[in-house]
Amino acid sequence: MSISIDDVKHIAKLARIELREDELEKFRADLNKILGYIEVLKTVNTDGVEPLAQVTGLQNAFREDQSENSGLQKDIVKNAPESERGFIKVKKVF
Amino acid sequence: MNYEPVIGLEIHVQLKTKSKMFCGSPNNPDVAEPNVNICEVCTGQPGSLPVANEEGIKKAIMVGLALNCEVPEYSKFDRKNYFYPDLPKGYQISQYDQPLCLRGRVGTIRITRVHLEEDAGKLIHEGGVTLVDLNRAGVPLLEIVTEPDFKSPQEARKFLQNLRNIVRYIGVSDADMEKGHLRCDANISVRKARETKLPDYKVELKNLNSFKSVFDALNYEVKRQTEVLEEGKKLTNETRGWNGAKTVSQRMKEEAHDYRYFPEPDLPVLNFSKAYIEKLRAELPELPGEKQARFVSEFGIPEADAEVLISDKNLAGFFEEVVSELQEWFKEDRLPSTDIKKFAMMAVNWIIGDFQALLKEANITPRESRVTAENLAELVKMVDLGQVSVTAGRQVLGIMFQKGGDPSNIVQDEGLAQVSDETALEQSVDKVIMENQKAVEDYRGGKQQSFGFLVGQVMKELRGSGSPKVINEILRKKLT
Amino acid sequence: MDIAFATIKELRKLLNTKQISAVELAKEFLSRIKEYDQDLRSFITVTEEQALAQAREADRAIAAGEAEMFTGIPFAAKDLFSTRGIKTTAASKILENFQPVYDATVIRKLKDQKAILLGKTNLDQFAHGSSTETSYFGPTHNPWHRDRIPGGSSGGSAAAVAASLAPFALATETGGSIRQPASLCGISGWKPTYGRVSRYGVIAMASSADSIGTFARTVEDLALTAEILSGFDPKDSTTSKKDIAPWSDMLSGSLDDCKIGVPKEYFVSGIEPDVEKRVKEAIEEIRKLGAKIQSVSLPLTMFGSMVYAIVTPSEVSSNLSRYDGIRYGYVTKEARDLYEIYAKTRGEGFGDEAKRRIMTGTYALSAGYRDQYYLKSQKVRRLIVNGFSEVFKQVDILLCPSSPNVAIKIGSAADDPLFGYIADQLNIPAALAGLPALSIPCGFGKPKDGEDVKLPVGLQIIGPQWGEEKIFQVGHAYQQVTEFHKMRPRNL
Repeated sequence: MSISIDDVKHIAKLARIELREDELEKFRADLNKILGYIEVLKTVNTDGVEPLAQVTGLQNAFREDQSENSGLQKDIVKNAPESERGFIKVKKVF
Repeated sequence: MNYEPVIGLEIHVQLKTKSKMFCGSPNNPDVAEPNVNICEVCTGQPGSLPVANEEGIKKAIMVGLALNCEVPEYSKFDRKNYFYPDLPKGYQISQYDQPLCLRGRVGTIRITRVHLEEDAGKLIHEGGVTLVDLNRAGVPLLEIVTEPDFKSPQEARKFLQNLRNIVRYIGVSDADMEKGHLRCDANISVRKARETKLPDYKVELKNLNSFKSVFDALNYEVKRQTEVLEEGKKLTNETRGWNGAKTVSQRMKEEAHDYRYFPEPDLPVLNFSKAYIEKLRAELPELPGEKQARFVSEFGIPEADAEVLISDKNLAGFFEEVVSELQEWFKEDRLPSTDIKKFAMMAVNWIIGDFQALLKEANITPRESRVTAENLAELVKMVDLGQVSVTAGRQVLGIMFQKGGDPSNIVQDEGLAQVSDETALEQSVDKVIMENQKAVEDYRGGKQQSFGFLVGQVMKELRGSGSPKVINEILRKKLT
Repeated sequence: MDIAFATIKELRKLLNTKQISAVELAKEFLSRIKEYDQDLRSFITVTEEQALAQAREADRAIAAGEAEMFTGIPFAAKDLFSTRGIKTTAASKILENFQPVYDATVIRKLKDQKAILLGKTNLDQFAHGSSTETSYFGPTHNPWHRDRIPGGSSGGSAAAVAASLAPFALATETGGSIRQPASLCGISGWKPTYGRVSRYGVIAMASSADSIGTFARTVEDLALTAEILSGFDPKDSTTSKKDIAPWSDMLSGSLDDCKIGVPKEYFVSGIEPDVEKRVKEAIEEIRKLGAKIQSVSLPLTMFGSMVYAIVTPSEVSSNLSRYDGIRYGYVTKEARDLYEIYAKTRGEGFGDEAKRRIMTGTYALSAGYRDQYYLKSQKVRRLIVNGFSEVFKQVDILLCPSSPNVAIKIGSAADDPLFGYIADQLNIPAALAGLPALSIPCGFGKPKDGEDVKLPVGLQIIGPQWGEEKIFQVGHAYQQVTEFHKMRPRNL
């Protein structure tokens, strides 16, 4: 299995990363190399094995339903490159 | 050729918790100012991590139980990845293949699944820019998906009303569609009547922001799709938006959504013991359907009346309190218990009639009104015992609603007591007979209306406070 | 005593007995930074004013008799730890001027004890790498030989401690980013059991494996940092409520009952001869202390890197989605629509390695591949965890090299995307299993590129899950009979 330039473009779109023309071939080669590495994994027998999600074995991590004022509202909005009347602003739309 | 609709619903219900689903920011998406109920977690700041709100999970499970779902032992959260300005982390914490609840049923409608996720923020588009308000980002959202079991837009609307009532009864949401607490997308196709296979396409309807729009949009689609098929054309999957008058195709982006779901690594799995689930089940209040059935069987009131009562949890509760008060009084007076059905009926009439009208006009709940259950019960009792006429009683109710107070005091103050005492009434009847000889003769001569006229004159004499029943009896006795 | 090379314990004593003030101590390190960091480039941001202000606070506390273990002790933090009001860049253009609105939990813990933050250290951009060369601000240089890498991704913190620009430093590890730089820089590094230390406020790389650890001069110092940093954090659902032991008080004791496993798969082909020699010598030292050495097998070792090559980018691709120029950070100046705001901001703001991992991860999770790649990898991961559990039924500790090689020259591996994975193959399996580990200096060796220089070699000590006590004991015992941890680079 190998990655095509079109595949690279499609993935870049999904990931919202604009690649330059000269980057496309580089990434195609890079991804192919890594994918080759991955092919070997398929030879490991994992019948009946559950995927691991949490090494700690923790379950049911909950918090109580209490509300609190973070006090960070102004700082958060201030960090936005653009804001207006308390809103975070995105200049271009649809 | 007869075509029948095949409808499924996808409903989102905002849960009413104090804090958001994965952080401690206040859960109040309707607040006026933008970006006030936010913190580093729900705005996706670098390094922030989610922590699950136990109350959100409880409420979600309770809704699932109320919809007769199974609650599997294990459940987990997953990340649903996509980019949009109202989604701070670039992914939504949701549930994919191990939702909280599965395979439920409400009547003939099968519930596919009920799962928990976080809501996105709000976007306002104005003048070529988009304003982002993250107050709503992170609010707990319940997603309920049904199988395509609805056979008519009616059924769908009824289900939504029932669902809204259920979540209100459990107390997990106000479920006001107009306020966005409850959102609904519908899937609809049509097939030939009595065909059992599912059609090979479905149309997704969006922008439905009231039960009426759901109903109207579905009706519109049934017509539109039927016409298309009758013209021999084919229908394909598409998304259409409702604009108030018709559905319009929404241009879909070329790529289908690839959400790249994977288990949320920042949140450990959920593991519910049977004991825990049963504890939650025991905490469920009486649901609307159950209450309605009980009203009919226990209180003997008609199905239709019961339905009106349970459509508003507060009204149903008020009704039960009034009945309970009446029971107390009549027990003290040692009247036979079959009368419970009689005064349940009286209570129903007063509540569904005048009282509900007054509440609607003032736009308040029974608890917010100045009429207590005790007050109304007393009024009902006074009318039943003939101490007050029905007309006067309605007046008393009006005054109680305006200013509060005991009905007995009001009756006294306003002089509305109905005179039922025979001796007192006899005097007035005698007086009227004396002053209206012609009418008396007319009546004796066979003119029935004259009797009514005479009753009216007695009432006038008594300034409306006579018991018409007793006046009738006395007058009839004296004129024969 | 040369203050710059004193341990935390020694500094505590000096401060408590007023032989030095916190302000003097801070100034000492700040001046060393000024003098040496031009060449080393281990710091991205030096917080001189704040440090001195914190030092004054510390002196007040010490005078009032309220000093705790870390009061007045200076430290550096990898620039992944959110520090409120202080630039936190992840060594990336996309966060070049970003100031967090809150402190990471571990930063807060140190602040609460009035430790002194000297500054934020350099790293591979977003922790993607094993050489610190992918930093937007340029590479950090190994204090032992300036033309070589310090390792990565926590290269800046490792170099800072190796050059004594700070007595200890915060770092993170996902697949070797603490152990490998510790080894290459000749210092002691601790990677905790996953779930010991809160990740709250640390810019996420791979959530299921990211661990917060430290560099210091001795194992004893590491144990001290472990005590203050460990513990359940209600803000991090993946932290454990397991008790923290007073590890720094539990270091002594004989190793007579200690069973040491040496995994045969960890002596991979490609390990430099001097590395293998030094590590075997170290194992022999430990055997002389009474421990019983036996060979063990971890047959799935070779698959560790492959699992890592899928799981890590998958989680990375999701964790980095929030960098979109809308709520913070860099935003592109040219965008015609919403799509371009995202695509150009991220295309311009991310470095190559970040883009590569995002692309790989996006691909691995995309429709049709999730089962083949991500879920399959997580299944093999479970087998790897089981493999360790089995081995830890037979032995208490594993010993092996921390890195198959000593420090390579800067620029010599930049273009091989598999460089990181091979370099970390000794570290990845334990990281995937969330096990605790140390890397401690065990000698010097010549690099395979033939240059006639001596570079540090690290001994890796891996413990069972929650086995901090054991690894600290073994490491400390080794440091009682060797002097490698006391050595320092020339001219520093």
